[in-house]
Amino acid sequence: MTLFGLDLVIPLKLLIGIAVVLLPAGTTVYLYLFKAVSFMQSRLGPMEAGPYGSMQLLAEVGKSLQKEDIFPAKADRTVFAMAPYVVLMSTFLLAALVPFGPDAYFVDLDTGIFFALAVSSVSVVGILMAGWSSASKYSLLGGLRAAGQLVAYELPLVLAVVGVVIQAGTLNLQGIIAAQTGGEIFGWGAIGNPFILTQFVGFLIFMIAVQAELTQVPFDMPIAESELVSGYMTEYSGMRFLMFFIGEFATAAIFGFLGSVLFLGGWQIPPFVTDLLGIEADSNWFNVIGPLVMVVKMLVLTFVIYWVRFTYPRFREDQLQTFAWKFLIPLSLVNIAFTGLLKVVF
Amino acid sequence: MTAISDRRQLAYIAAQAADARVNVEIEAEGMTLNIGPQHPATHGTLRIVARLDGELVTDAEPMMGYMHRGYEKLTEVRTYPQVTTLINRIDWLGSFANEVPFILAAEQLMEIEAPARAQHIRTILFEMARIANVTLFLGDMGVQLGAVTPIFYAFRDREHILNQIESATGGRFHPNFDRIGGVKDDLPAGWIAETKTSLGKIRSFCDEMEDLLVGNAIFEARTRGIGVIPADIALSYGLTGANVRASGVDWDLRRDNPCGLSYDKVDWKVWTHPDGDSFARYWVRLQEVRESCSIVEQLLDTLPSGPIMAKVPRIIKVPEGEAYAETENPLGVMGYYVVSKGGLEPFRVKIRSASFSNMSITPWLLKGSYVPDVITILASLYFILGDIDR
Amino acid sequence: MIPLPSETTEDTIDAQTDEARSALLDAMVADLGDAVVGHHLMPGTDLWVRVCTEAWGDLAAYLRERQRFRFFGWLSAIDWMPSPYGRSLDSNVDNILEPPDASKVAETVTGFAGGDTRFQVMARVHNLSTNLGLTVKADVADDALTVGTWTNTFPGAEWHEREAWEMFGLNFAGHPGLRHLYLPGEFEGYPMRKDYPLLARLIKPWPGIVDVEPMPGSDEPSTENPEGSN
Repeated sequence: MTLFGLDLVIPLKLLIGIAVVLLPAGTTVYLYLFKAVSFMQSRLGPMEAGPYGSMQLLAEVGKSLQKEDIFPAKADRTVFAMAPYVVLMSTFLLAALVPFGPDAYFVDLDTGIFFALAVSSVSVVGILMAGWSSASKYSLLGGLRAAGQLVAYELPLVLAVVGVVIQAGTLNLQGIIAAQTGGEIFGWGAIGNPFILTQFVGFLIFMIAVQAELTQVPFDMPIAESELVSGYMTEYSGMRFLMFFIGEFATAAIFGFLGSVLFLGGWQIPPFVTDLLGIEADSNWFNVIGPLVMVVKMLVLTFVIYWVRFTYPRFREDQLQTFAWKFLIPLSLVNIAFTGLLKVVF
Repeated sequence: MTAISDRRQLAYIAAQAADARVNVEIEAEGMTLNIGPQHPATHGTLRIVARLDGELVTDAEPMMGYMHRGYEKLTEVRTYPQVTTLINRIDWLGSFANEVPFILAAEQLMEIEAPARAQHIRTILFEMARIANVTLFLGDMGVQLGAVTPIFYAFRDREHILNQIESATGGRFHPNFDRIGGVKDDLPAGWIAETKTSLGKIRSFCDEMEDLLVGNAIFEARTRGIGVIPADIALSYGLTGANVRASGVDWDLRRDNPCGLSYDKVDWKVWTHPDGDSFARYWVRLQEVRESCSIVEQLLDTLPSGPIMAKVPRIIKVPEGEAYAETENPLGVMGYYVVSKGGLEPFRVKIRSASFSNMSITPWLLKGSYVPDVITILASLYFILGDIDR
Repeated sequence: MIPLPSETTEDTIDAQTDEARSALLDAMVADLGDAVVGHHLMPGTDLWVRVCTEAWGDLAAYLRERQRFRFFGWLSAIDWMPSPYGRSLDSNVDNILEPPDASKVAETVTGFAGGDTRFQVMARVHNLSTNLGLTVKADVADDALTVGTWTNTFPGAEWHEREAWEMFGLNFAGHPGLRHLYLPGEFEGYPMRKDYPLLARLIKPWPGIVDVEPMPGSDEPSTENPEGSN
């Protein structure tokens, strides 16, 4: 496409890419952080900025933009400045993988989910950079806790996904969706074979690991608001803090997308509905319906994440580690063994 | 390298030097962490200087006095009714409870006894102060541990009690209602029925807390076995209230020394727990709130009629003497040692506040615990800064 | 003044605690001998015992081990000197407007269980099994201002003794570390002493009793002398 002789495709893709990260982040922030938690806590949440407080995030962005950019005196300026960008970088890389329809994707890698999990670990580096460079003991404690926790919970995350990969037979995300749509449950193909049914153990482990990777309660030792004030984010203010904030919610949304791809059938709808609507399984209609379906599924998964976040107390660091190493990892290994066995048998 | 301004150069050198200091501190002696004075976990301005070895606390010393208002000196220049206004503000969450022991000590000196209706009303408001105070604790312990929702329920349901206190005394937080010889006013019409409704809401709040926190596996993992205080050590440090009852000591001044309050006319139970850990302290306070609801209901049902004030002179001059009165306040045992020289003002008032003694055990208790456990222990001991600092 | 309503149950309870307290007093006199230099027993209410200054340090161990007073209530001090800044009973304002005059300071009179010095240290302990409380006092010699510490028996006394030191200036021999508790590190003076003025009153004297409310039953504010109303 050209306009005034300029190639529009790349800027358009850039714009859509940013929107894919920011819009779900903004929606989850508004729906869950502002509204759902407020209703759970018998209050209304922000109501002033815009109708029913919908412009609150915009107001927060505006507020953060006009704040002073504070560097602690002893902080390592370069590392301190770079840390939020590193965290955001992993979010954007993740977002590039998510398929929203048969043709609505940015890249379709053969090693889809493998790349996704690898790239999600980059944020760990960003968090460590933030904790160490802040030259504050609270941030240091938060960074050290984050190091242990995020590394520990990478493993259950990966192992939980391995079960899905074994069942789907491919690492490619579109292939995983196709395997779920085309599959059958004991010969009944009306709803396909969403992996949440057969991989429910893997799904549980995946959700718990995602909760830990996002450092949400009950795994929020790195932030631990009542102890460390804000953990590794304590010394950040203004726009940099907002980047961490957006990154946190955007990553939650992206993991919601990934979870719905892996376990809920992605942008596809149950085959019997496709037949009802009288359209082909890979028709162009899905490029319109697909994103909507994805967003709905993502909202369901992120609701669970935030519901747990606002209800439970937090684990202590050593209890957290015990839970990961002594419980989740063995469980996920058993899940893989079982899945492999059943795959061979059936 | 381009020319850097002098200021930048100095800042860079200072940063390097500070860096070196920070590193040496970490490697050689362990890290010193200041928890407070501005911190979400301390209930007010309390500073705890902790020496850490990784996440293990090797030494912890609380430093208080950020809120020291000099009450003991101030009471020497106030008349007896004016002192009540002051001491309301010691434990500001259950503020009626602060007035009661002082009034009892003054009444002991004047050899006056409040009429039965006044004693009942006093006891009712005393128990409601306890409910208001401890319901906040039930939610607050959740927040310190990371569960952000229970505290909103605590604030929401506490409002019912505070509304009742306000309609009877005129003040939600600082009632200033107790007088030497009785109480200031009689209860308004319809108050009894409204209070019973509020107590029903508190009861359902306690059930909610039991579901949300006590039954929660994470809560139990964070509080069981944390901060165990043996009974004998608790007594030698002067711990009182639910803290010592959670270590198995069956001692409650409401039952053992009611002096001037109507607890002996009510059927109620003292709750203890043998473990002495943070979970026990939470559990005992939860049961005590329920017990307080039943006490208030019984008192409301058996409220005698009669005057609410004994005959006292208009200007109160307390005869010479010394008296000590202590009561089972929401935070622990609070006592006032009043020395009078026959004047309009007390000669000396020694305020024995519960949280001061409760906190004195923290250097011993926090040694050897982890940083998250420090927060749990402080939350479970439950102090109010005004009570520590007076 | 209303006398206590007498019911037979209360009388018998009074007699019982009276016995318990007198028995305690007798036991203490018998064990400590000359160390007990004063006492005051209020039947049914409380017991005050004063010991000599040298016996204060060991009193803690005696009370805890021999008399089973295992609960430590509090420890503090009292300055018996009447305040040179205080208001006399007849005046409506404090004596701030005139400088403190030594000749106008009233005589130092001590309270229950007697006492000979300006400063006295006192403490409260409780026996849970017999449900008795006991207030103990001791004189503090004016020239030495030192007594023994209670921290070896009751660890909780550490903070109370620190507060007594910083507020009154009393030394506790054997205390692990007497340093400021409430006041900032470089604070000079001992605030709770009577000759330490309350600075707020120096800046603005208290207006005194202002009686503007009408007496119950009358319409006009009372103009009577407050001393005369009853």
